[in-house]
Amino acid sequence: MYTEKVMDHFQNPRNVGEIAAADGVGEVGNAVCGDIMKIFLKVKDGRIADIKFKTFGCGAAIATSSMVTEIVKGKTIEEALQVTNQAVANALDGLPPQKMHCSNLAADALHKAIEDYHNKHGK
Amino acid sequence: MNRIYLDNAATTPLDPKVLEAMLPYLTEQFGNPSSIHSFGRETRKAIEDARAVVAKEIGADAPNEIIFTGSGSESDNMAIKGVAMAYRDRGNHIITSAIEHHAVFDAAHALEKEGFRVTYLPVNAAGLVSVAELANQITDQTILVSVMHANNEVGTIQPIAEIGRILRERKILFHTDAVQTMGSIPVNVRDLSADLLSMAAHKFYGPKGVGALYVRKGVKLAQLIHGGAQERNRRAGTENIAGIAGLAKALQLANAGLAENQPRITGLRDYLIGRVLDGFDHVRLNGHRTQRLPGNANFSFEFIEGESLLLNLDLKGIAASSGSACTSGSLEPSHVLLAMGICHEIAHGSLRLTIGKSNTKEEIDYLLTVLPEIVTKLRDMSPLYNSSRKECATCTLKR
Repeated sequence: MYTEKVMDHFQNPRNVGEIAAADGVGEVGNAVCGDIMKIFLKVKDGRIADIKFKTFGCGAAIATSSMVTEIVKGKTIEEALQVTNQAVANALDGLPPQKMHCSNLAADALHKAIEDYHNKHGK
Repeated sequence: MNRIYLDNAATTPLDPKVLEAMLPYLTEQFGNPSSIHSFGRETRKAIEDARAVVAKEIGADAPNEIIFTGSGSESDNMAIKGVAMAYRDRGNHIITSAIEHHAVFDAAHALEKEGFRVTYLPVNAAGLVSVAELANQITDQTILVSVMHANNEVGTIQPIAEIGRILRERKILFHTDAVQTMGSIPVNVRDLSADLLSMAAHKFYGPKGVGALYVRKGVKLAQLIHGGAQERNRRAGTENIAGIAGLAKALQLANAGLAENQPRITGLRDYLIGRVLDGFDHVRLNGHRTQRLPGNANFSFEFIEGESLLLNLDLKGIAASSGSACTSGSLEPSHVLLAMGICHEIAHGSLRLTIGKSNTKEEIDYLLTVLPEIVTKLRDMSPLYNSSRKECATCTLKR
């Protein structure tokens, strides 16, 4: 039911972990629906210098978290804000239809982390 | 890679001896059992022989108390809707439990839309209904009670004989869904005082697509499928002869093997449960510790989600199942676990391992060697683990 890319990111997730003194942290989801994603950012000169995630959730939740970190690492904040949940799913060669709503929230978590960065840094 | 099948509650492999019993009806004996010629007569005989076998195996009084159906779900629907519609003039109240299989649960919901009142009995933390509570809920409008013999997810075995005795005294019809128990533990309709009882062949090494419903003599049943006089006017449609022959053979073999298989499978289950509860932190056993199906072990690994666990096990060749929302095809985790008072977070992390007759201790040991690394990997990835909170804060259950 999952594409090879989803299974690759699920088995070998990129950028797992936390950043101790993160510039921005974003969390979406809740335990009731079964998916919680947390994204940590380190920003340098307007670019995402480092990004890490922690996810409680299904295969799709883990794979999308991993993929979003890979997509935006090194990108500018503006570029990162353009990334959508759909774009993350597309980069994974698609997700099963029933996963599109409940487990495809990684871009939302990223945007929340950026919002947190902006709040903390007076923007 | 060696594959290990630990999902025997979902379905079981066909026993080669059962296949052998089915083959004649997929090849040379093809007659329509309703035909009067010799071709029809030989398949008619096959069906009636199978009916007699099933009746005898479950302690029914007569073969014509057995109706062959297309599945356990059909048997459940036939029992619930069939009785409700046939006894509508006598009352409109039905009692069932909060942890029934969806075939009963959803049939009961459908009847609510038809104007019936349905009571869903709560269960305790081990998944048991209270017999006293059941008795309290009976009114002069109650026409049917349906409580499953054992739960398909957590394996808890209900006090069906006790419930049956009470209902027989009160003259209220009693249906039990025995899909999970048939062939796993002794099932006898007389001992259980059941008026109706459902089974499905593929749960006891028979073929898929065939089930049976026991209907005690004198119990009226409204017909669900119209269009022919098959099954004594209770289920239209040309019979699945090979399936029916397979169901009977499978039941005979399963019951003949009970004395050997039941204790052996129970032993493997207890070994697995013991090793998992001792070997992991933040794990709990769902369901009753002892009053459970011989092959059922259902755990919740806190801080991780069930589908991720299943996918990782599958990558190691191990087949299991979970009550997480992602595996139920809905947004909600298992209604069974929630009814037992387990919170969403922990329900999402459930893992059901169901042992069958061909599983070995070596297979359980292999599972036990790969499980720790999978659990550790997923917990390391989980934002819920290693946080300040080490216990599930929202759960009403204490371990």
